Amino acid sequence: MITGPRIKTLTIDDKPVGAREDETILTIARENGIRIPTLCHLEGLTPIGGCRLCLVEVKGIARPVAACVTSVQEGMEVTTDSPRLTQYRRMVLELLFSERNHVCSVCVSNGGCDLQDLAQEFGLTHLTVPYQYPRHKVDASHPWFTLDHNRCILCTRCVRVCDEIEGAHTWDLFGRGMQARVITDLNQPWGSSQTCTGCGKCVHVCPTGALSEKGKSVREMRKSREFLPYLRLMRQGRQV
Amino acid sequence: MNKVRVATLWLDGCSGCHMSLLDMDERLIALTEKIEIVYSPLVDTKEFPQGVDLTVIEGGISSEEDLEKIRTVRANTKVLLALGDCAITGNVPAMRNTFPVSEIFKRVYEENSDFNQEVKPVLVVPALLPKSRPVHEFVAVDAYLPGCPPPADAIFFALSELSEGRVPELGSLSRFGR
Repeated sequence: MITGPRIKTLTIDDKPVGAREDETILTIARENGIRIPTLCHLEGLTPIGGCRLCLVEVKGIARPVAACVTSVQEGMEVTTDSPRLTQYRRMVLELLFSERNHVCSVCVSNGGCDLQDLAQEFGLTHLTVPYQYPRHKVDASHPWFTLDHNRCILCTRCVRVCDEIEGAHTWDLFGRGMQARVITDLNQPWGSSQTCTGCGKCVHVCPTGALSEKGKSVREMRKSREFLPYLRLMRQGRQV
Repeated sequence: MNKVRVATLWLDGCSGCHMSLLDMDERLIALTEKIEIVYSPLVDTKEFPQGVDLTVIEGGISSEEDLEKIRTVRANTKVLLALGDCAITGNVPAMRNTFPVSEIFKRVYEENSDFNQEVKPVLVVPALLPKSRPVHEFVAVDAYLPGCPPPADAIFFALSELSEGRVPELGSLSRFGR
């Protein structure tokens, strides 16, 4: 008798693919060289379906589903690109840009930012929704790193990497809706955090200039994420 | 053949977009065979003329004067191009938007001034609007070329196409921030 995960067959953009039943649409699409845009997702962290950039159409389901948190099913027919999806993805990007003060020209991550890259990929030359210009603070209390809430998109990559990989759980979310923001410990200055180990993983998984290393000027911050799959693998190896 | 009547306008921006425009270098000469600059910070015309084919806007709308100008421009222009991040997003000038104008005045003319602290720029110079905002939040814009500044190549392409009466897809040529 065969044990272990069963294999499902489905199509993505008319291409027949096989997947383990515990795999998501996003994973199997990537394994087959089909690109689905993502923003909050990062290989090696638990997917949350937060940003909705990875929305895909599934035949028989009226509303699009987030590919990063949707498991494959037998006979599924997935479409990763359509005028409706492009419209939704653009709207997601527009809302992200309008909700904070993403002044790309004076950002440490200018030229190395996932949000900026996606805006260009989707030909976002302007917003059709009004900018909110909210007032947000910058926390520069940490000796090595800076948190700029103006550039945060609340993807929670920092929260997840700190919890799941570093094991410190310094980061968390505070507040709701547009007032939501990432906090350290019990909503206290980062520099006074008792749990932060100063490892800097949060800084490097951050898709924008919200988290950066001190001493970096405009365009100088570049994120390195190669460590993540490696650390994940090491942890899994240890658990076996 | 009549030349295409082009105007350029400098609102709340740093003039970097106009610098990038000049960075087209010798292509400017080729362009002037097709277009005529009828109003611009680069020429001496004082009043915005009527019947302009294409107006290029640098900068956001930050003061009552900007608002008046952009309405005049829109009324007299066939095609409006928002050039650069300030005209499109507000960009750096819009970083003041999280503070009330009164607080900005206090900071600049009281806290950071050694003399005449009671004098505020309320006469003669145009009053600031509560926020510096993108052009398209006030008047219809026909084409957008983001960038800080947009590269000269992108500006050349945009002007070449727009002056031929085509509205090109410009999103791939530049992006927010550069």
